[in-house]
Amino acid sequence: MSERALHTVEYRTVGAVSGPLLFLEGVSGAHFDETVDVVAPDGEIRRGQVLEVDRNRAVIEVFAGTRGLDVASTSVRLGGGSAALGVGPGMLGRMFDGSGEPVDGGPPPFPEALRDVSGLPLNPAARDHPSEFIETGVSAIDGLNTLVRGQKLPIFSGFGLPGAELAARIAADARVTAAETERFVVVFAALGITHREAAFFRRSMEDSGSLQRTVMFLNLADDPTIERLLTPRLALTAAEYLAFERGMHVLVILTDMTNYCEALREVSTAREEIPGRRGYPGYMYTDLATIYERAGRIRDRNGSITQLIILSMPDDDITHPIPDLTGYITEGQIVLSRELHLKGIDPPIDVLPSLSRLMSSGIGAGRTRGDHRRVADQLYALYATGRDLRRLVSIIGESALSEDDRRFLSFAEEFERRFVHQPGQARPIAATLDLAWELFGPFSDGELKRIDPDTIARYRGAAAV
Amino acid sequence: MNGAEGRVMRVAGPVVVATGISGARLYDLVRVGALGLVGEIIKLDGDEAVIQVYESTAGLEVGSVVHHTGAPLLVELGPGLLGKVFDGTGRPLQALAASGRGRYGEPFLGRGAEVPTLDRARRWEFHPSIEVGAVVGAGDVLGWVEETPALRHLVLVPPGAGGRVDGIGTGELTVTDPVALIDGVPIAMLQQWPVRTPRPVRRRLDPDEPLVTGQRVVDTLFPVAKGGSATIPGGFGTGKTVHEQSLAKWADADVVVYIGCGERGNELTEVLGEFPRLADPRTGASLADRTILIANTSNMPVAAREASIYTGMTIAEYFRDQGCAVALLADSTSRWGEALREVSGRLEEMPGEEGYPAYLPSRLAEFYERAGSVRCLGGSDRRGSVTVVGAVSPPGADFSEPVTQYSLRLAGTFWALDTDLARRRHFPAIHWTRSYTLYKLGPWFDEHVADDWEDHRRWALELLQEEERLQSIVQLLGADVLAPAEQLVFFVGRMIREDLLQQSAYDEVDAFCPLSKQYWMLHVIRRTHDEALRALQEGADPETIRSLPAIAGVARMRSWPPEDAESGARELESRIVAELEQAL
Repeated sequence: MSERALHTVEYRTVGAVSGPLLFLEGVSGAHFDETVDVVAPDGEIRRGQVLEVDRNRAVIEVFAGTRGLDVASTSVRLGGGSAALGVGPGMLGRMFDGSGEPVDGGPPPFPEALRDVSGLPLNPAARDHPSEFIETGVSAIDGLNTLVRGQKLPIFSGFGLPGAELAARIAADARVTAAETERFVVVFAALGITHREAAFFRRSMEDSGSLQRTVMFLNLADDPTIERLLTPRLALTAAEYLAFERGMHVLVILTDMTNYCEALREVSTAREEIPGRRGYPGYMYTDLATIYERAGRIRDRNGSITQLIILSMPDDDITHPIPDLTGYITEGQIVLSRELHLKGIDPPIDVLPSLSRLMSSGIGAGRTRGDHRRVADQLYALYATGRDLRRLVSIIGESALSEDDRRFLSFAEEFERRFVHQPGQARPIAATLDLAWELFGPFSDGELKRIDPDTIARYRGAAAV
Repeated sequence: MNGAEGRVMRVAGPVVVATGISGARLYDLVRVGALGLVGEIIKLDGDEAVIQVYESTAGLEVGSVVHHTGAPLLVELGPGLLGKVFDGTGRPLQALAASGRGRYGEPFLGRGAEVPTLDRARRWEFHPSIEVGAVVGAGDVLGWVEETPALRHLVLVPPGAGGRVDGIGTGELTVTDPVALIDGVPIAMLQQWPVRTPRPVRRRLDPDEPLVTGQRVVDTLFPVAKGGSATIPGGFGTGKTVHEQSLAKWADADVVVYIGCGERGNELTEVLGEFPRLADPRTGASLADRTILIANTSNMPVAAREASIYTGMTIAEYFRDQGCAVALLADSTSRWGEALREVSGRLEEMPGEEGYPAYLPSRLAEFYERAGSVRCLGGSDRRGSVTVVGAVSPPGADFSEPVTQYSLRLAGTFWALDTDLARRRHFPAIHWTRSYTLYKLGPWFDEHVADDWEDHRRWALELLQEEERLQSIVQLLGADVLAPAEQLVFFVGRMIREDLLQQSAYDEVDAFCPLSKQYWMLHVIRRTHDEALRALQEGADPETIRSLPAIAGVARMRSWPPEDAESGARELESRIVAELEQAL
């Protein structure tokens, strides 16, 4: 990260230090939201940001933490301007820490321009509606929750569930046309994840040969907590530059947003704000939106930002404020299920609560295939019925089921084992849809209520070949 | 009182405290700092004014100048609103995108941008409809312009004005050109109105006519009246937005105001891209020609989000005053409530339920009560209406939260979106036993569609209720314990749910279902039920009835072309009856 202006005014009037916050007294000329340098008693310089100015007092959040700061000799230099990131083509293939300093041993890349990390809201009238299909090779996603370029789609994972593996797989396999491979890049932001997880991602990018087309920002579990509030904004600032000024298709991976939200709560608590649900601040929705909404496409520009957000649902609870608020902002969600994971289904995607809101604009004849929408609806309907029956069986036993019911029950089983379960090999979209027709085998045309007779006539049987 | 400058004392997010603004009144607009950020005074305490700022406050400092405009937040009204998209304070977003401000050229929203709501250069062909010498009062028609092929825009004497017409304009005029001289006062097409003040009407009328939406679960089971209000709460992914968009597309309103309040940018882009290409089923004109979008997406400044629903409502009332049936769709009122909460929190006010300010219910009531069917101001007997549909996004899909509960108190129709239905892709995921409507619209349907409409509706609701009761028994004991007549309830209940209530918003034919087709679809199902019941009583085998080939036709009714609905229904019914005869 770079500064816009030289710090000019220095204060030694720290009134209090509390949690991640520092209260500065007797100040004049502190600007709301500007960056400051906090000079610790030992001379170490830490970056901070002004959260509030109130007459002659300023509240400062210190990204690197307040440990070791004191009231007597800590000083603060104001005048840093808004937090900015130097962006340039030299960022590709590089690795930075959570505040934007290179950690791969190389020199800072030459910045072509400085960009405010908070970004500006994209005018909805300037957006282009995302409609380009991204083939991930994962049937449960391509077939039922199709991802399109410019979408923001979270993976609702849980502790011990392979959310990171799925994201890495998508980053490696997401297919773009050959002509566009050159323009496909990944921006990876680690938010409080472990060294092990970070290494896994790095290795997976290495294996797929895309490390040179990746920018990494790493705030790891043992890095300063509050810095996490900055890291996703740095990543998205880099992504916006690459996408909208360099015309690249950027896949941004943010993991794990749960850690980000906890840092947000920590600051809010320290400010003694009125807490919302589970102690998270009332403005968390707005705050998350300023991150997630930085995805999309712009009319008359080539690039795009697609966000893949990983978050861990505490206690697998989808109604927890973190997944809940995320789901209200993002364009759908991929939900991982512990039950499927224990059954050995890989990836353990539970398609029923999963959703892609932009699917309709990305599928159909000319994009994927003419039968896509109806096949997906039919898969859902049959699987939902099968799942209901499974619940019923656990109460009244399988013997109480009719012959009809049993077909639905075994469909649910087949669907999980053959369609969702897909270790290793990527499946092209046509193969995914053909597999669906194969699974429809035991059902008569009349039972495929969600598919019109024309579509049945055209695709049924054709798939069996 | 104008021009008195104050100074910033405190900045905390969107809230700024300033002192020294002389003559400050509550809800007056101010301009803050060197960029002239627009803000609104929301609290006064001695010399201190608390201001909510509609743009990012980054960079403000103690001592920054605050300029008092002396006026409240106004919205510009006149020709040129239709087909456009505005932010929460009425800035034209398409014009801003073209104006070249923002970071990478134009696509990002910079701060302090000032572009008026209505295009000043655009000329409209004004047709006067009164003559010099006439005496007019507020609400009387001065003339009209054809704003879009879908709407003749009436130019009215604004509230508060009136007198003898000394002059009247004609021909190509801009919105600021005077169109009339009344008692020596020039009147232009452009009018301004404070967004937080309801526009006056002659009197309110009882809402007794439905807003026809073409959505079966709405029109057939839970209709909303023109001038009424509906609330639609649902967790994420239950289809609030798709439903609101379906209403925006197909409702029989003259004007649709769609407020994207704290929601996704891409969804508004979709509406912007899709509506111009779709035809209004009533007029054949482009849907964009009757639609106004207010877009304050989730990442746009939170205080402007708070203002957006008032801006939208004022525009809706303006068209209502011309005698239009207006549908105002707000997605989502929860984000508006959260904006209130955020500002209230920054003010360190004592929180009410779940951190929301104690005035949340009264603010919500002020909003919902601006809906209504009215006799408009003015001499002619124009009748206009504003129908409000408010989406609610309850945290964790838990309807016991404050915004849902207060909305339920106010709205006459409740469409309960159900997470479980959405997961099995039953759309619209409006639950048939939890939803309700308080409007008595049966007589209208009986008169205008079929005289046994209400009777059919009641029958369907009762059967679904009975099905739910039986469901709880089956969950415990299995389906075997049911008598054949009860099994029939299941069989027919499923038909109602899957073949009638489910409706695909993405299917060309099915997306809009006219009332007559809705009637005939339900007619077939009821007839099937009655005939099958008779056959059962006469000893037919339940399994045979279920597998009659003609019954499969019920599931295909949705793809019937609307004009063939009656003949198709009669033909299908006679086939079902004939097969039932054979089964005996």
